[in-house]
Amino acid sequence: MDMLLAVTLTIMTAATPLIFAAIGEVVAERSGVLNLGVEGMMVMGAVCGFGAALFTGSPWLGLLVAIAAGAAMALLFAILTLSLVSNQVATGLALTLLGLGLSGQIGESFVGQPGVKVPNYNGFDPLIPFAFILIWAVAYVLFRTKAGLVIRAVGNSHTSAHALGYNVIAVRYLCVLFGGACAGLAGGYLSLVYTPQWVENMTAGRGWIALALVVFASWWPWRTAAGAYLFGAISILAFTVQTLALGIPSQFLSMLPYLVTIVALVVISGNRMLTRANTPDCLGQPFVPDR
Amino acid sequence: MTGKNQDEYLLEALHVVKIFGTLRANDDVTLKVKPGEIHAFLGENGAGKSTLVKMIYGALQPTSGEFRWQGRTVTIANPAAARKLGVGMVFQHFSLFDALTVAENIALAMPGDFDLAALSEKIARVSKDYGLPLEPTAIVADLSVGERQRIEIVRCLLQEPRLLIMDEPTAVLTPQEADQLFIVLARLAKEGCAVIYISHRLEEVKRICHNATILRHGKVVAHVDPTKETAASLAKLMVGGDIHVVHSARQPAGGAARLKLSGLNLRPDGPFSVELKSISLDVRAGEVVAIAGVAGNGQSELFDAISGERSLDSDGMLAIDGEPVGANGVNARRRMGAAFVPEERLGHGAVPAFKLSENVVLTRHAADRALVRSGLVQKSGASGVSNRVIKDFDVRKGKPDPEARALSGGNLQKFVVGRELDRKPGILVVNQPTWGVDAGASATIRQALIDLAEQGSAVLVISQDLDEIFEIADRIAVISRGQLSEAYPAKDMTAEKIGLLMAGAHEIKEASHAARA
Amino acid sequence: MQLVLEKRGEQSVRMAILSPLIAIALTVIVGGIIFALRGLNPFEALYVYFIEPLTQDWARQQLMVKATPLILIGAGLAVCYTANVWNIGAEGQFILGALFAGLIPVYFPGWQTPEVMIAMVVLGIAAGMAWGAIPAFLRVRFSANEILTSLMLVYVAQYLFDYLVRGPWRDPKGFNFPKTVNFDGWQVLPKWGDVHLGALFAVIAAALLAVMMWRMLKGFELRVLGSAPRAGRFAGFSSERAVMFCFLLSGGLAGLAGACDVMGVSGQLQTPYSPNYGFVAIIVAFLGRLNPLGAIIAGLLLALSFIGGESAQVTLGISDKIAKVFQGILLFFILGCDTLILYRVRLLAGRPSQFQSAG
Repeated sequence: MDMLLAVTLTIMTAATPLIFAAIGEVVAERSGVLNLGVEGMMVMGAVCGFGAALFTGSPWLGLLVAIAAGAAMALLFAILTLSLVSNQVATGLALTLLGLGLSGQIGESFVGQPGVKVPNYNGFDPLIPFAFILIWAVAYVLFRTKAGLVIRAVGNSHTSAHALGYNVIAVRYLCVLFGGACAGLAGGYLSLVYTPQWVENMTAGRGWIALALVVFASWWPWRTAAGAYLFGAISILAFTVQTLALGIPSQFLSMLPYLVTIVALVVISGNRMLTRANTPDCLGQPFVPDR
Repeated sequence: MTGKNQDEYLLEALHVVKIFGTLRANDDVTLKVKPGEIHAFLGENGAGKSTLVKMIYGALQPTSGEFRWQGRTVTIANPAAARKLGVGMVFQHFSLFDALTVAENIALAMPGDFDLAALSEKIARVSKDYGLPLEPTAIVADLSVGERQRIEIVRCLLQEPRLLIMDEPTAVLTPQEADQLFIVLARLAKEGCAVIYISHRLEEVKRICHNATILRHGKVVAHVDPTKETAASLAKLMVGGDIHVVHSARQPAGGAARLKLSGLNLRPDGPFSVELKSISLDVRAGEVVAIAGVAGNGQSELFDAISGERSLDSDGMLAIDGEPVGANGVNARRRMGAAFVPEERLGHGAVPAFKLSENVVLTRHAADRALVRSGLVQKSGASGVSNRVIKDFDVRKGKPDPEARALSGGNLQKFVVGRELDRKPGILVVNQPTWGVDAGASATIRQALIDLAEQGSAVLVISQDLDEIFEIADRIAVISRGQLSEAYPAKDMTAEKIGLLMAGAHEIKEASHAARA
Repeated sequence: MQLVLEKRGEQSVRMAILSPLIAIALTVIVGGIIFALRGLNPFEALYVYFIEPLTQDWARQQLMVKATPLILIGAGLAVCYTANVWNIGAEGQFILGALFAGLIPVYFPGWQTPEVMIAMVVLGIAAGMAWGAIPAFLRVRFSANEILTSLMLVYVAQYLFDYLVRGPWRDPKGFNFPKTVNFDGWQVLPKWGDVHLGALFAVIAAALLAVMMWRMLKGFELRVLGSAPRAGRFAGFSSERAVMFCFLLSGGLAGLAGACDVMGVSGQLQTPYSPNYGFVAIIVAFLGRLNPLGAIIAGLLLALSFIGGESAQVTLGISDKIAKVFQGILLFFILGCDTLILYRVRLLAGRPSQFQSAG
């Protein structure tokens, strides 16, 4: 029974940061913006959150700073892609490279420092249920409110939305910032809950996996939760296999999450009809309002 | 209402100027509309009509000039403000969201509280009342073009407009659907709503409009009563001179079929594409065959099947000069003497960011030995061809070798068509030859198509423009929901018969009988 | 206050040349500010970082050494990105190239004829191509996003490398260090000082790619497909074949760069091995305006940012990680300045009422 509890807990803590990062990106992509910089925003959230918690002693403040850091990075991305209409793919990559470099610099003195952990109850921290609340909230706003309708409309046809008088750029700014805040929160979770420490590049590609999750979930909020938990389960499988000492080299088990991501992408993308019907039509396309 | 004379007018646009960069889209334009009046706004493409109405609708701001509503000066800052005044607009290019439902689409245009259930009920009621029924839960992507326009109209009607602006509304309607629209407009006018009716369909304008303002190159050239003018006099005012009349001196074709479609089937390749079913057609040497149809009935799919962008299941479904080519790619077909002009010139027919000399290479690299040798592109050869096309087809441009996107629509279309005609192809297939093109360039292009046929080539034209079809076609077929009617001699066809054939696949057989009558 | 973009009729050729220069200038300015914030004299720090390395022979040689893989990979990526094929996994293809070139010295240390050098290089190229073929195949067959798949494969490649070098390929006489035997004899590239044969490969490759892109039909095809895919299909070009071509080309070049790195610089395989060339090459491609010849200059410049970082660490005492920050900032400015090529940017005192949404 303890084993089951431990396994469940490990799955939940593995899935939660993925949920935060992915749900934020779902909102951004629903509005038509492809932000590949999730990894960069996440790692900046991790390092800034860790640092803030270290200096103030408060992990909650750390989480807030993590959220702010993610949003700040997203703001940079938004200025370039929304106001200056730069290529979204390249700018997202730039955001990741910048985030990884900057966080390495900022976090240099943090390496090896003991972290401040978010309080938990028998291992369950409050962010685990919060992830579900967040998903519910996003689903509610997207599908039951006018604001959500506007977001979906902007992602479907920015020219029509503009013609109707909606400020496409402003809507996208808000969605991108929300995505950044969520990615920052995901990073803060990693450095303040998951393993309360700072290591360079500690996100280890989770930002990219979150992006794959968004595709896998076909931009539906509840499906990102399902995907994240599925992913968490598979990662734990790898961990369990290792502890059972079956003689498989650890590196192959470490590869597993990345290989699984590839397989998931192939499975979902292979169904072309499904992808085409669900993909926000304006995803990745630049928009310049005429005056 | 005790009023000064000014109160008689609902809307006045006074000395409005709008400048985009170096282009004076509207130059000192004055337009006055009374309540209950259907006011035509005429001009060719690029004359500035869309620009002015976008300002009335608040989507653009004037560079200078004034708008008055019921005598009071107003600033129409954005579409919400326009709607508050009582202005409704039905765009030529719909502002719809195809992934959302009818009710959601309308909700996005309505101010106030968000109550989908109440709105849905209202939509069902009002749309039925006006004879334009809509199903609130339908997803827009599943609707036809005519049904989509209904959404745009009902969206306006729900806000009880005092002024309704319609931008080229009948461009995408069958003749029967257009008649239904005119009934709605007449009713609105009687209820005191004014209508600004933008169109280049002069017969329609004469039929339903009380007044007309004519724009040319951004300036107002006339205010007339269309009922007292003829279509020819209106056209002359629009264009500023006599329009070149297309000359056709050819004999009826009796040659072999150079392009033959036999039972052509094509499965849809996406959730929104149209399936082609059993299409058969001959295009003979020396003739122009036109396929008429409203957008969305399979024209693009048919073009892609004939050009080779989409390959066919069976080789024999398509034959060029007797050879089955269904499985061949586009360049193989070009090598056999076929040439193609797609509907979209920027992005499909030409690469917008590339220069004209490079765009020549785009379609001619496989069939034209002078352009590519041992894998190397011959730049001087390409420039030579490009300059020849520019000269022969009167393509106006700024620099010697500009990027395709720098050209105006008409000039780029002349280039794209000319590029293919310069090869003297045995078969030419062109989709919407003069869509969005000014009258002068249109006349040049249509004459060029006729001349090509006269030299013994087979020309297939897919078009939404019935006037154009009647001008140049020897035989006319109608495409509807992926099926093609028989091709009838043009002299036996009328707009009504074409409209019947457009009405639906299941009616094609009856319509064919009716057309023969 | 609002930012307004006015579309130009055509691209501004003047801006196409100026924009990377403006981006570099802005990066240097921001770099100066960063140094100042750390309490250093900005001018002195910038001199140490950017100028001093050019004055020292060892640094100049290192510049060429570091530029070699950046140019090889960057030129290949420039071709890829022009065609709108987003190979982000060049780092993984690089690692595999290094790994498989190293296969021969590990298993055949006694093979010492001129052919072995060719064999190692060819093996490296083939490994890079094979690794690049995977995301290409997945995109063509399953429409799987190549950005994500090629990137996931970087992590896989790193773990594979780590496993082999730590495990079966480890030098038994190496005191348990995680590295292979040292390469020697014909299994190492000829060098002039520090600069190895790979530098020649880099320049030749960049030149050949430039010829291909601008004079050959193949290059025309890739440029069309990247700019207007529908027009590309209309021209009879296959976007599937182009994806495969681009990945094989850039993967092969990255594999070549990896092989040259272990054959010409380290002379062995050791783990951890994260040279990061594959990622910095992305910046090289953009700085060079997606032109293979531009990649040569851009590669040298970004190599300078690496060397400057090392130099600054020694002289000024700041971590060499600052190089990564510079590189990221540079890419941002490049992308921002590129806007100027297609648009005129204006700051206007705007009317806020224009920007209300409906309802």
